[in-house]
Formats: sequence, C-alpha cells, structure tokens
Amino acid sequence: MTTALAATEIVSQLSAQFPGAVEEAGTDAVLVKGEHLPAVVEYLKTAAGLKFDYLNFITAVDYYSYFEVVYRLTSLEFNRYIVLKTRCYTRNKPSVLTLTGIYQGADWQEREIYDLMGISFKGHKNLKRIFLWEGFDGHPLRKDWNR
Amino acid sequence: MTTTQELTLKTEPFILNIGPMHPSTHGVFRMRATLDGEVVTDIEPVFGYLHRGIEKLAEERTYTGIIPFTDRLDYLSPMSNNLGYCLAVEKLAGVKVPERGEYIRIITAELQRLANHCVAIGAMFNDAGAYFTPFLYMFRNREKIYDLFDMLCGQRVTYNYMRIGGVSQDLPEEFLPAVAKFLPQLKKFLDEYEFFVKQNEVFVARSKGVGILSKELAINCGISGPVARASGIKHDLRRDDPYSIYDRFEFDIPTAENGDCFDRFYVRVQEMRQSVRILEQAIKQVPDGPFRANVPQVIHPPAGESYAHIESPKGELGYYIVSDGSIAPYRFHIRPTSLINLGALRNMVRGWKVADLIFIFGSIDITMGEVDR
Amino acid sequence: MEIDENKDYIYDAHELDVHEGQIIEKLKANSQKSIPDPDGWLDEDIKRNIVLTSLDWVIDWARRSSLWPVACFPACCAIEMMAVEGPRFDLSRFGMEILRASPRQADLMITAGTLTWKMAPNVQRIYNQMPDPKWVIAMGTCGISGGIFRSGYNVVPGYNKIIPVDVYIPGCPPRPEAVIYGIQMLQKKIAKSKAVPDLNELPNPLKKGKK
Ligand code: SF4
Repeated sequence: MTTALAATEIVSQLSAQFPGAVEEAGTDAVLVKGEHLPAVVEYLKTAAGLKFDYLNFITAVDYYSYFEVVYRLTSLEFNRYIVLKTRCYTRNKPSVLTLTGIYQGADWQEREIYDLMGISFKGHKNLKRIFLWEGFDGHPLRKDWNR
Repeated sequence: MTTTQELTLKTEPFILNIGPMHPSTHGVFRMRATLDGEVVTDIEPVFGYLHRGIEKLAEERTYTGIIPFTDRLDYLSPMSNNLGYCLAVEKLAGVKVPERGEYIRIITAELQRLANHCVAIGAMFNDAGAYFTPFLYMFRNREKIYDLFDMLCGQRVTYNYMRIGGVSQDLPEEFLPAVAKFLPQLKKFLDEYEFFVKQNEVFVARSKGVGILSKELAINCGISGPVARASGIKHDLRRDDPYSIYDRFEFDIPTAENGDCFDRFYVRVQEMRQSVRILEQAIKQVPDGPFRANVPQVIHPPAGESYAHIESPKGELGYYIVSDGSIAPYRFHIRPTSLINLGALRNMVRGWKVADLIFIFGSIDITMGEVDR
Repeated sequence: MEIDENKDYIYDAHELDVHEGQIIEKLKANSQKSIPDPDGWLDEDIKRNIVLTSLDWVIDWARRSSLWPVACFPACCAIEMMAVEGPRFDLSRFGMEILRASPRQADLMITAGTLTWKMAPNVQRIYNQMPDPKWVIAMGTCGISGGIFRSGYNVVPGYNKIIPVDVYIPGCPPRPEAVIYGIQMLQKKIAKSKAVPDLNELPNPLKKGKK
C-alpha cells in the first residue's frame, strides 16, 4: 500500500531545512510557498530516506480567490507519497516556478496547465499552448471563462 | 570514423511533418521531426487534435453522468477507466462496494487488459511493417472479449458499465462459463503467437536494442505501466498500492531489463498471461450477493478532494477530484497515462531512422483520446 | 506562408503555430452553417426523375462495388471501424477492404470520430485532396452532431459544418452491422447517380460564353 507521508513528520524536517517555506500543513498535503517550491522538491527528491523520485502528476485548481497548483510525488523505493501544494493569489498573470529542471515529466503537464488554466511557469523553456491553438481566447478551465 | 565521415554525403537538416492524420500515429498525433538524411535528430510532438475538453465538460455533469466520458478517454480500455473513476468517487464519498461487485470489476478490468494488449501488440506489428496480418490475428481474439462485454452491457466499445458503488447490472448466467471457456483458448493462442514472433528474425532484428529507455529516465519522466516495467522498474499499482481486491490474487509482475522495443512487446505478452492467471482465480471465487451498494443516482460527496489511481493497461491512470459538496465535481483532473508515457519519446527516438521512429512510437501504446482528453 | 529571403526556415515552431491558429480561426468563422447534403436521392428518387442509361449503370456498378475508404480515424469510433475491417465483419465482402492512407487513392471518407476545431482544417484538406467523385459517411453521433461532446469548446458540432455528408450512421459508436448497413445505403445512392453527364450540359469550346 502506498502510504501517505504524515504531514507532521515531514513538516518539521522541511521547516528546519527551509525556514518559512511551509505555509500550512494539512492532514494529507503540505502547502509550500511559491518561491521555495523547487528547492523543497529538490530536497524531497534527493534527501536520503525520502527519495521522492517519481512525479505522479501536476494539476491546478481555480478557487476564484487563488489558484492552487497540486503536485503529487511518490517514492518508488519506500512506497510513500506526498502531496505538495502551492498557491498564487493573483488572477492576472499568475506564475509559479517550474519543475522541469528536476523532473522531465513536468514539461508537458506544466504546458497543459498554462494552456488551460493560464498559470505560467517561470523558467520553463518552451512554454506555449499545448492543446489549443495560438490565438485561442482565454483559458477554458478557469471558472470565470466564458465562451 | 573519419573514413565514414568522408564518405557520407553532406546533408541539410529538414523538417518532416508526420500526422495528424497518419495511419501509424494511432489517431491524430502529430510530430514535427527534424531529419538529417534519414536520421531523426529531433522531434517536437504537437497535441490537441482530439482535445474535447472533458475536464471542463465534467464540471457540469453529475458524478454518475461523468462515467460515459471516462469510457471515451482511453477508448481501447474503457472498463479500466470506469473503474478508476468510480474508485475516486467512492473514496470521496466513502462508499463500500459489495463483494460480488468487486469481483465483477476485477474480472472486467482484467479482460479489458487482455483486450487492450491485443490491440497494442497487433498495432505494434503494424508499425513495424507487418501490415495488418498480425493485427487481424490479434483482433480475432479481441472480438471474443467484445462478445463477453456485449453480453454484460450490450455495448461493444463504450460500456458505461460500472457505477459508483458497484456495477450497473448483474452478471448474466452464461457469462462466467463463457469466460472459463475463453481463457484456455487465449492461452493457446498466446503460446502460438509468441512462438511465431520470437522466431521471426526480422522482427527481432528490428526491435532488439531499438528505442532504449533507461531506468533513470523512465522514473524521471514519470513513465508507468508496461513501458516502465520493460525498463526494469518493478512497479505495479496492483501490487504496490492494491486497490479493489487485488491483494487476494496471486500473480507476478513481469519485468525486463533492456527497455527496448522487444522488451516492451515481451512484457505485454507476459502480462497477458498474468491476467489470465488472475481471471482463472477470480472466476472461481465470485460470491453471491448484491452487485451494487445502495447509492442514489445523484450523490453529494462531502467537500474535499481525492485521488485514486489504478494500473490501467497503459500504466498509472489517476483521477483527481475536488468536490465542493454539490452534485457535480468542482474540478476533475485526469492523470493521462498516455501523455506522460510519451514524455520520453524524444530521448528514445533521437538518432534512429524514420521507420524506427514509427516503431518506437507504436511500442509505447498510446490512445489519443487520453493524451488530449 | 510567404517566403522571406533573409530568414532561416529550419525551425521556427512559433511561426508555424501562429499560422495554424490563423487557419483554424478562419475556418471556424466560415463554417458556422451546416452544408446541406449533396443530394436527397436516397428518399426522393421519384422527384428527381433521373433517366439512367446503360453506360450509367455500368459506371455506377463499378464505382459502388469498389469503394476505397480513406483513413480518417480521429477517435473512438475508429475502434469499431477497425472491427468492421477485421476478421469477423470483413468489409472486403463489399469490395472495400483496403484502407487507403493517401486521400488521392480513395473515394470514400468514413469519418470515425470526434472532430475538433484544431483538426478541422486537416480533415477539410484531406477531403479536398480526394479525387471526384467522392462520398462521405459520418459515423457516430460525434460525426453527426458532436455527440456527448457537443457543448465542448473545441468540438465541431458535426462534420457537415465543414464537408458535405452523404450518409449518417447514428450510434456511439455504431455497431459494425450498422456501419455495413450505412455503406450499403451509400451504394444504393451511388447506383442512382447519373455518371454520364448530358451532352448539352458539357462545356462547349466552340460556343464561347455558353455552357
Ligand atoms: S460517436 Fe461516440 S464512440 Fe464515436 S467518436 Fe463520438 S464519442 Fe466516440
């Protein structure tokens, strides 16, 4: 059974490593500040005993007042997973730091989020629309998008 | 090396557009390949030719009303898609599925894996250049599985069979005997097929050592399913994160070491044998009782989020659902196996010839409905 | 695209994408109305009152007995289409087992699947590349009206928005039997068509300005 890494367990470790990086720790997810995200993920990926080397998926949710980007990482070795979240509080050109340097698999999923949700990923080398065509009006998965 | 370089004609790179309507691209996939002579130096996949906006449409459907959409995602294995989605909603709403329902689900999901691999293997030969004969040979067996599903729910491709809390109808009386009759036939057929293929020098020469995907790259790209297992990653959600009742069955996880096209083919054939093994155990144990929990058609799961993933025939298929307590999901995200499995395509094909590009692409086994959603 | 002398054309993906986007937007703006079916022969044969000559009959017979479909397989209906081709339903009994990858060798398009706006220019182009006479069968509810995806933001509500359709086969997906029935309907339709044009309808090079 892939078990969740208890948030409390990891939060103390993360706070020691990156003071101020963890915004909030829920029961099953850790909310990380946007600017610390790549460093935290890098740490989770490489630190001994954690080794979250497998990125399951990235997605984004529009909560009107903020966008939430959700990452789920799995450690194949220890069979554990962790859910990381980060938020951006602006609707006008929200942006998050990219993870493409850490996981190659993040590339197209970030492009997908950029295309459908309109969140840009800073540092992504080829950030352009993936499903819809250039010139499509708006980002359809946003809650206020209207045809 | 110098002599060959002197002898080779100097060529200019040029761009070849493959797709979106190309018989070997399994639907409407498009690649912009940069070639140097016949050698692929770079490719850039272009998606979106089947982007139907399922994630958006799902936000205005009820939870039960989304099941038909999941059928049409990966249309080579609709039952598995149904299963993954229902698991996610059940996790969200806290529904318990009765025993008989679980068994029916496992049986259909494993039959679906067989059906999917039939097409995957057959289409792979198509791409290798064995035009249509091996494919039709495989399709003959797929038709038999279609018949079984037809018996269950009256549809041949888009079943819409599973429901939240179980399945939509009970098994007809003649179903289990029909499965029991089919399995030995399939086993015999697999032996025969593998014998033919392994002997075929042309196929072996074309597939051994072609399109190698290393283990590290596969993990880094998030690749799952038979493609990952062919690269030596012993990861199978049926074993590592058992959902439904998979922990009750005995089966092996076939893996291979090299990560080339031949291994991907080989792993799939072995996986079919394991599916047969699971089915043989499952059809003997199906208990009596209700096939569906008492769940209303329109459900209001509590606010929250859930992620359920299954080992679909192509790999890890997941559904991430955010609920706000209403009758429709607030956000519905599908973890697209096929899209993520394609992530390493560029690394796999660089340096190979155009014909190999088609073959390597075919060996990944994707469905465009799932890539683009 | 205009060719610019000073430009390096090897790889400018952005320009290609922008160009594609423009084509799609243009097609979208131009195809809001459905194209009427080419002929209403199927039901109203008496109304048209066609006189078929024996030459017509021979040509029609040849045409309808060797329809070659072009591969147009965007989505799930393609699976059923493959089943129709496959061993059990065996389309070759109707003289059309070969799926042509090239539109130039085909005269029938079986549109098996959902059409999206991004795909639409390509399908239209394939249709335009097919030599006359050509026929289109819209397979599945997606081909007819967009089906369950009709309200999607990227889905064309029916193939007849961009190309004329001869026969519609409902179902999601239609069963292979239905597809074969639809093909037979098309064959009936072809049998009634007038292959040899009237002499006075042909352009006459001697009389200028007149048809
Ligand atoms: S009609 Fe149904 S089966 Fe056919 S392409 Fe549309 S959704 Fe898929």
